[in-house]
Order: sequence, then C-alpha cells, then structure tokens
Amino acid sequence: MSQPKKAWSPASIASRVWSLIAVPILSILMAIVVGAIVIVLSSTLLLKQPMDLTLPITAYAALAQGGLGSYDAFVSTFVLATPLLLAGLGVAIGFKAGLFNIGAQGQFLMGAVGSVAVGVQMAHLPAVIAIPAALLGGMILGAAWGFVPGLLKAISGAHEVVTTIMMNYIALAALTWSVTGPLRQVGAAQPSTATVGAAALPIVLDRSGHIGIFIALAAVPIAWFLLYRTTRGFEIRAVGANPDAARYAGVKPRRLIVLSMSIAGMLAGLAGACTVLGVTHEVNASFSTTVGFDSITVALLGRSNPLGVLFAALLFGEMRAGAGPMQIHAGVPVELVDFIQALILLFLIANVVLRRLLRLRGIAGAEQTGFETITRSYGRETTV
Amino acid sequence: MRGITKRYPGVVANDHIDLDLQAGEIHALLGENGAGKTTLMNILYGLAVPDEGQILIDGRPVRFAGPSDAIAAGIEMVHQHFMLIPVMSVAENVILGAETMANPIFIDRREARRRIRDLAGKFGFELDPDAKIESLSVGQQQRVEILKMLYRDAQILVLDEPTAVLTPNETEEIFELLRNLTKDGRSIIFISHKLHEVLEIANRITVIRRGKVVGQRRPAETNDKELAELMVGRAVQLTADRGQSHLAEVRLKVDNVHVRDDRGAEAVHGISLEIRSGEILGIAGVAGNGQDELVEALIGLRKVTGGHVFLGTRDVTGVSPRTINESNVGYVPADRHRFGLILAFPLTDNLVLTSYYKEPFAHGLLRDERAILDAARKRIREYDIRTPSPLVPAQTLSGGNQQKLIVAREFEGETFLLVLDQPTRGLDVGSIEFIHKRIIEKRNSGVAVLLVSAELDEVMELSDRIAVMYRGSLVAFLDGRTADKNQVGLLMATGRSSVGDESGAAS
Repeated sequence: MSQPKKAWSPASIASRVWSLIAVPILSILMAIVVGAIVIVLSSTLLLKQPMDLTLPITAYAALAQGGLGSYDAFVSTFVLATPLLLAGLGVAIGFKAGLFNIGAQGQFLMGAVGSVAVGVQMAHLPAVIAIPAALLGGMILGAAWGFVPGLLKAISGAHEVVTTIMMNYIALAALTWSVTGPLRQVGAAQPSTATVGAAALPIVLDRSGHIGIFIALAAVPIAWFLLYRTTRGFEIRAVGANPDAARYAGVKPRRLIVLSMSIAGMLAGLAGACTVLGVTHEVNASFSTTVGFDSITVALLGRSNPLGVLFAALLFGEMRAGAGPMQIHAGVPVELVDFIQALILLFLIANVVLRRLLRLRGIAGAEQTGFETITRSYGRETTV
Repeated sequence: MRGITKRYPGVVANDHIDLDLQAGEIHALLGENGAGKTTLMNILYGLAVPDEGQILIDGRPVRFAGPSDAIAAGIEMVHQHFMLIPVMSVAENVILGAETMANPIFIDRREARRRIRDLAGKFGFELDPDAKIESLSVGQQQRVEILKMLYRDAQILVLDEPTAVLTPNETEEIFELLRNLTKDGRSIIFISHKLHEVLEIANRITVIRRGKVVGQRRPAETNDKELAELMVGRAVQLTADRGQSHLAEVRLKVDNVHVRDDRGAEAVHGISLEIRSGEILGIAGVAGNGQDELVEALIGLRKVTGGHVFLGTRDVTGVSPRTINESNVGYVPADRHRFGLILAFPLTDNLVLTSYYKEPFAHGLLRDERAILDAARKRIREYDIRTPSPLVPAQTLSGGNQQKLIVAREFEGETFLLVLDQPTRGLDVGSIEFIHKRIIEKRNSGVAVLLVSAELDEVMELSDRIAVMYRGSLVAFLDGRTADKNQVGLLMATGRSSVGDESGAAS
C-alpha cells in the first residue's frame, strides 16, 4: 500500500492483495448466494407463487441493470455512493486509530443540519460563496459531533461506542427540533426548512449527478495521503496498532483520539451536507437515513483502506440504485438490499469462521482494518 | 525418536533427527532459537505429526495423534510459560484434567491432597496442597508444574527452559529435584540454551542446529566453548571483554524516586543512584521487584510519584517520553512487543518510531519514504538483521532479530544514556554476543548505561557496578569486578547478604 512496489515480487504482491481482499469478496459472494435462496423461498412461501428457480437471476440482473445498465443508472449509483464513501472514510480513519465510531449517523445528521442552516441563510448569495459556506457549516457541525466523544474519551476514558450512540440520539432530536423550530419555513404545511437556493450543488452529470460526487472521490486520495504519507497519519495508525509503543514514540494519544474523532465527524458531516445540498435541498422532519450505519459496514468491507472503502461504497450505492428497478422488474422487494447488506456485515464479522471454513491463512502483518478494533475495543483498558 | 523429519513451507524444521533417551537419564537438548527444538518436542508430545521417521517407546513404535496419546504413553511436558491458574490451589491445579474421582460426580479432594503430599515427600520437597498458586514463588510454581507431571505418573518429562525465570538458588533446588526423579527411573528431556546449566545437570547433551543434530556430548568430555560453537556454527565469545571504564561526569542521577505500579501500589520505594559517563550500572534482581516500574518512570512512561530524576544537571522528572528521547536517551524495553515495536508495521516504520517526525524522515508534516527506506536498509545491514525485505512487518522476524531491530534504533546516533531492561531476554547465544558487544562499545565511547536484568550472569559480566534490587529498594551496591555471584544471588532472593543480616540496605 504505502510502499514502493519494487521490493515485492509479482507473486508476493498478488498473494498479499488476495489475503487482504479474500474475506470481503467471499462475504459478498456468500451474501449473494444466501440472498438467492431467500428470494426463492420468500416468493414461494410468502407470496404463494409457484417456485421459480430463475427468479434470483432475474432479480440480480435487474439489480445490476438498475445501477449500471444506463448512463442514468450509473450516475445514480455514484450519487447514492457519495455519502457512504465520505462517511465510510471517516469511520475507517477511526478504525485505523483504534476507535469504533458508531456516531457516523449522528455526525451525518448534524452535517445535514449545519449545511441547511447556512444554506438557507445564503440562499440568495452567489453560489461561489454560498456553496463552500454551506459545506463548511455541515463539516463543522459534524466535526463537533465527533469532537465531543473524542474529548470525553481523552478526559475521562468514556468509551466512544457508548458516547457516540448517545450523540446519535441527541443529533436526531436536534434535527427534529431545528426543523420544527428555528429553521422551520414560515407558512409551510409540513415542518420543513426552506430550500438552500444558491447553495445547492450544481448538477454536472446527467439529471442528478451533483459535484458532491467529485468531492467524495477526491476525499479518497486525500484520506490515503493523510494516513500513509503524513506524520500525523503515522501517529494515527501507530496509536491504533499499539498504543503503548505509540506513547513511547512520543505520540500523545489523547490529542490523537480527539483529532481522529473530529476528522471522522467532519467527513460524516460532509456526507450529510452533500446529501442536503446535492439531493434534497431542504431538510424536513422525516429526513431519515441509514447512511451513518451503512458506512460502518462500508468501512469494514473496505478493510479501512481508502481504496477499499471506495469499492465498498460503490457496491452499496449500486445496490441502492438498483433496488427500485429490481422491485419493478422482478417483483422482489427493495428490502432485499438491506438484507444482503446485513448478510455481508455478518459474514465479515464472522471472518474467523469464514477463514477456517475456507482454509484461508491469516494476514501476516495486517494493520488495523476495523475487525481488530471492534473485537478489541471492549476488552482493552483505555489507552489514555 | 528415529529419523524424525518435519518440513514446513520453505524450511526443514527437523532433518532426520535421531534422539534416544534412556531410563533414568537427563538428556539436554541444546540449540539456538529456531533450531528446531520446539518442533521436535511438539512431535514427541503429539502436537505435530512428522513427515518421516518414527517414535519408539521401549522398542515399540507408537503414533501420536494428539497430546492425549502422548500423555497416555507417559510423556508430559512443562512449557516455558507456566500453565497454572493463579486463583486456584496447588491441589486443584495438579489434578486438573486428571481428577481423582470419589464417584462419578464428585472429586475426591482428600485422596488428591494425600497423593500430592506423598509425591512431594518422596522427592524431597515441601508443598502445601491448599496454597493458592498466586501466593507461591516462581520456584515453587515450577515445582507445581513438575508435580502435575508426576501426578499423572509420567515416565518421560520434557522441560522447556525450566530455569528461565528462576534465581540461582531456586535453580539449584529444581536441579536437585530433577536428580531425585531420575533415581526413580524417570527420564528427562531438558531444553535450554544456558550452557553452564546443561553442563551441570545433563547426562548427555544433544546439540541441534538448523534442524539437524550437529553433535552429541557428555558433560565430562566437553566445555561451554565447544557447545556454543556447535550451537552457533562458529567460534563464539562467551564472556564479553569489557575492558576498562573511563569514568567522567554524572549523566543520570536518580534521587529518592518513588513509583507506583499499575494497580496503584508503590513498587519503587525511594531509590537513589548515579551513573557516570563510560559506566555500566547493572541492576540485578528477580523479575517483578520494581525494576520495570523504575525504568518506565525514567523513560517518562510512568509517573514519578516522589523524588527527582536528572539527566546531566537537568531535572527531567515527569517529562514526556519524547523529551527523554530527544535528550539522546536510548531505551530497550523488557517487553519488546509492548513498548518496543509496532508488530504490524514494517521494519522501516519501526526503525523511525522515535524519529519519524524529524528531518530527514519528515519535512514538516510530510513523510519522506525514500529517506526512511534508505536509513532502514543501512541499519539492517549494520546490525545484521535477517529479513527478506525492510518492508515486511516486524512480527515476521524472529525474537533475536526483533531485538536487534530495537537495538539498531535505540543505539543509533549520539547517545547520552542507554536504559536497557532485559536486553537479551529469550535470545540465543549468537544474538546475546552481538548485543553485549554493542553495549560495551557504547560504554567505551562514553555512554552511561543502566542495565536491568534478571539474568545474573549478564549483570555480572557487563557491569562496572552492580546494584541489587529487592522489593522496590536497592539493597546493595557492589563492585562489578569483585562481586561474588553467590552473594548477589542471596541478595536477590532475600534482600540480605547473609542469613540473619538485617542491615543490608545501602540505598
């Protein structure tokens, strides 16, 4: 990853790459297989239709078609992948630092609130001012939602899993309050904010492809560069991999915990901002999403590697984009996509079992990929 | 064992090894780390299946599918790390897995206790069956391990480095016990890389190098020098030539320092010491007498709860590890996997662990991968670290090479003070020789060295002065050249230089 390639033979690169991607790929394949069984069984048993063994193929073909089959579909895959990618990168950076940030959901919602609050204020200003300001508003509020759990952990050792879950509830309540209270558009029938007007992200691809897509894509190399080419990234990875050695190396774990959580929150907040400014253009009381939680699966599936997170986000975006067409053409409910996502997560977490079943060897020298953080984060004493 | 061969991908761990063990014999197995001793014993214990060769017991070939087969055949093993449950009693630990049942449901504790007392008495030692393991000394725990084997009526006992954690006196007592066992017709395989112990206890010595038997000797016919050469494959200098020290200014001054352990109990009770430029101060002591806490406090990893630490004339009490590091203090931690290395990171990153943020390895916030790689290549060459590439994770290296990696990082450049906590623990003679040479070199170039070791020989060999640490205090300072090994051993074990002497404290 971070090393010049010439020290490795092609065979050793291949085996290293395989050892990294084997579990994610197999998890996806197994989820698809189990999903196929469920498609057949549910249509037979629940809908009382004659058993149709080709139904999974029809359904999966429609799923693929819906996300990749046309330029239109392709663009909507990227639109749906954008928030997953941004928030997923945030979760991944947390994993690298040994932090299990379940708060992406709340940070995402606060990003939405922050961007709409600024966007509505600047709806009549020139776009070159309104857009950066609104994005920044989302990033700052998201970062604040990561900063607080980070600070709590640094000061008192409060576990981030607990505090971020609480912050998620606070975020949801804050969103509802601001939409029904201070940000509510006067005269609207339903509680909703005004639209963001000039702060809306320009559509540059097809009918829905806003420039947020490119912001998210640009975040991939930036995150990689941060982690692998800067001293701060080295410190983040060092604290995650061995907090004691990192402390000896002169790293200040408390500061890094706060920093990593803030970066994670900022990215999830940016995801929320892109969704509001690029897609919904307003926030109403029913603004809800599972992006924050899906992004945890995305980070795990991508093994916390920025490039891996990109592929994982695109896969999930594709499934979201294809879900509707699948329901229309194959009669399989859109919820199948949630089901497959859940299965992928299940197989990822059960990777120890998977490895044994498939006789895969462990990855020599794997860095923090997320699994370790999850399995270790409870049993370990706080590092600060 | 006849013609035992075991291949792993890329290596032949055991290459046609023959080993015979007679009744009532102590047979020592000697070899460097990675020579194949452990593989061979795993095969004997049924943990691994040989690719070729067979095991014969009393002339009959046997096949072990797992440890339970080996145990049934009367083979028992004591691992290097004790397999005891601290909160349970001696009796409970001993019978675990071989419970003496009064009926199908209840354990017959009385019978178990009686048998344990009988066995202990028979082999000449005392052990309370109801004592909790955690209340026993390490030497007594070792006896519990041996008792476990005897309780299962083992005829062949395999001991993997049984003396690694014992004091000289405890070692002597264990040796006595082992000799008693052989009188009873039992046979012992004794694995070690401590040459003098092997010479003292064994009837025969088999030396293994790179998976092959390279020699078999009787103690009377050989000496430590020859054994070391067999083990390593070249001439080895066993005692470091320390030469004269040229003392200069005081570089480390520790003044009445108090430190607490992880549980908050005071582990270091007001220690004072001074080390001068060009001097090695060795701290001898049984592991767990506060040495690690003292060292961690000096490095800034642990809070100093009282007293002062000076580097030169500068007060560095309570400063951060980075400040200590930037004062050119090198540190080799006792637990290299905890403080010394990030195992998942490549050698390159580990070699710049304390300097990653400085020129030439970083410019501002940006890492210079080229400079890091070049420096790594250079140090790997200089310190003879055996690795296929500077980019493999540190965990793929052997223990000796991991330690060299740390030494390469900490000894590099200008050094004001070296703090070495168990610098050669678990290493083979070749690596020990290498590291000892580097320590002496540093000392001769004027570096002050604090050497903490539970290995009495190491302290005796290298130190200009010896301090003995006992229960958080320094109980004696001795001259490194004239100190008597038995006296130091006694101080380590009791805190007193002779029985009845209450006034040993000199700190």
